[in-house]
Amino acid sequence: MRALTWHGTHDVRVDTMPDPEIVNPRDAIIKVTSTAICGSDLHLYDGVIPGMLAGDILGHEFMGEVVDTGPKSTLKKGQRVVVPFTISCGSCFFCEKQQYSACDNSNPVDKQDLSEKLYGHAVSGLFGYSHLTGGYPGGQAEYVRVPYSDVGPIVVPDGLKDEKVLFLSDILPTGWMAADNAAIEPGDTVAVWGCGPVGLFAIQSALIMGAEQVIGIDHHPHRLELAANLGARTINFEATRVSEALMEMSGGLGPDAVIDAVGMESHGFAVDSLLDKAKQKVGVGADRAHALREAIMAVRKGGRVSIPGVYGGFLDKFPLGAMMEKGLQIRTGQTHVQRYTKDLLHKIGEGQIDTTFLISHRLPLEKGPEGYKNFHDNQNEWTKVVLKPGE
Amino acid sequence: MPRNGDWMRQAQNSFDHYLPDVRGIRSRSRRPETLIGAVGIGLAVGAVTYMAARLMSSSNPPSDSAPGRTARRGPWFGDYTVSGRSVTINRRRKDLFAFWRDFQNLPAFMENIKKVELKDDKTSVWTIAAPLGREVDVETKIVEERDGKLIAWRSVPGSDIDTEGRITFSDAPGRGTVVTAIVAYKPPMGELGRLIAKLFQREPEIQGRRELKRFKMLMETGEITTSNPQRQSA
Repeated sequence: MRALTWHGTHDVRVDTMPDPEIVNPRDAIIKVTSTAICGSDLHLYDGVIPGMLAGDILGHEFMGEVVDTGPKSTLKKGQRVVVPFTISCGSCFFCEKQQYSACDNSNPVDKQDLSEKLYGHAVSGLFGYSHLTGGYPGGQAEYVRVPYSDVGPIVVPDGLKDEKVLFLSDILPTGWMAADNAAIEPGDTVAVWGCGPVGLFAIQSALIMGAEQVIGIDHHPHRLELAANLGARTINFEATRVSEALMEMSGGLGPDAVIDAVGMESHGFAVDSLLDKAKQKVGVGADRAHALREAIMAVRKGGRVSIPGVYGGFLDKFPLGAMMEKGLQIRTGQTHVQRYTKDLLHKIGEGQIDTTFLISHRLPLEKGPEGYKNFHDNQNEWTKVVLKPGE
Repeated sequence: MPRNGDWMRQAQNSFDHYLPDVRGIRSRSRRPETLIGAVGIGLAVGAVTYMAARLMSSSNPPSDSAPGRTARRGPWFGDYTVSGRSVTINRRRKDLFAFWRDFQNLPAFMENIKKVELKDDKTSVWTIAAPLGREVDVETKIVEERDGKLIAWRSVPGSDIDTEGRITFSDAPGRGTVVTAIVAYKPPMGELGRLIAKLFQREPEIQGRRELKRFKMLMETGEITTSNPQRQSA
């Protein structure tokens, strides 16, 4: 099969790889019909995520047709499914609590050592996202082996086109959980840092959840325009002093909840030798999490801080004093995708949520490297890239 | 130098010595699993309990209820290396016990055990992978068994490896079962053997941790997780 593979910083290629097979009883094989490049794939592209090996297949936002099933899979050949980026067994302590992204069993045993050292506990398995999270071949490929296929994939009706449902795999539930974690109440002002895909979906979700006003913060004019089209007010941080503007726009109170949909990516993650440092438990010099610091300073007393943005290491100059003295709550985590997919699919079907506005470019899988380069270099115009294998 | 088996007995005595204090924990503890853990672990890790006890004043009650194997000094006892780890498995205690008690199931989740041959209900021969492609046979005998709660085994004299181990099962209300496995062994060729084994990741500490996790996966999900996309390399 053809697949997009990682070979080093800013070096991804489309290679011919062996087709995946059913390995375990609960597996299914999916023939990918649509797959997207995620903002978090750019961390891999920039070479800042530890545990990548040359030849690893990327991609964790994908959907397609079931073409093979193991004896314990509940899927049927021919079904169209969207596959969550988080791999979850469905039966451990965490999965039973619907904390699917904390699944205890989905990261292979021999891959757990690194994150156990880095984070104190082994993280769960994710598709196409380094050997820290299991080393699973990802979905930017013609075929994918999907473990625990009775738990993760959600079957979608034929009437809904790929582009309407593809983002159930990650960014739509991630934006939704970001708003959910902000615990929005009527009358609330919610400020969202970053109007990329997750930020935009967080804005959309916060409005559905009843926020009085949502304020999107970015510097790309086109992305701010997309936020405004959703019904958000906007701040261009290149033109405006963000903290003062937020105070003025919230009646001098400050936002009730803040969402950091930026993460480590925009301001770097200083890490030539992250893997070694992690092993030594020394850590990571991620000293420019500007958005998160600004959000914590801006949020009102007793407010909520929601962090869907990806972080991987340690943070300097974290305003812990502001957290404590203002009595803030902080909620974060990889998305518990399976908790939200059914409800969000329903909302898409009802026309309450549209995700297609985000897609700026559609390319054949073979042009994947071009998609990465442009998504990385031209963020204003390239808001979301969907790749089509076999075209 | 303790003879084979002495450490467990000696440690047991030492543990008995501390039993009143452990009961003291019972009366203060609101969480039954704390006590079960304390007793289970205490019984199981006799050697390390003994060692930890020696580090404390014998006239005072212990001020540290952590299992002895987490002591900063150790874990060893004489020539024996002791390792142990607990895991919570979301299954009923008796199911887990039954699966483990059938030693022929062990190769399903213990990578290094190539096969287990039963000689009688208490005695079995384990064929274990050793570094550099070698295999060693260990004849083990069940020396203690409490239905649904505990299995302890020991290698018979003359085995290639001098080892003993215990696995305990205790209820974790609402969460399944806490399974604690403790293995003590005398490395072949002493310290050198241990270092060689570690280099090849067959050192019991690493092995034990990974095997317990594989046991958990198999019991909770019915399979052992792999990210390999092809069967032949699985």
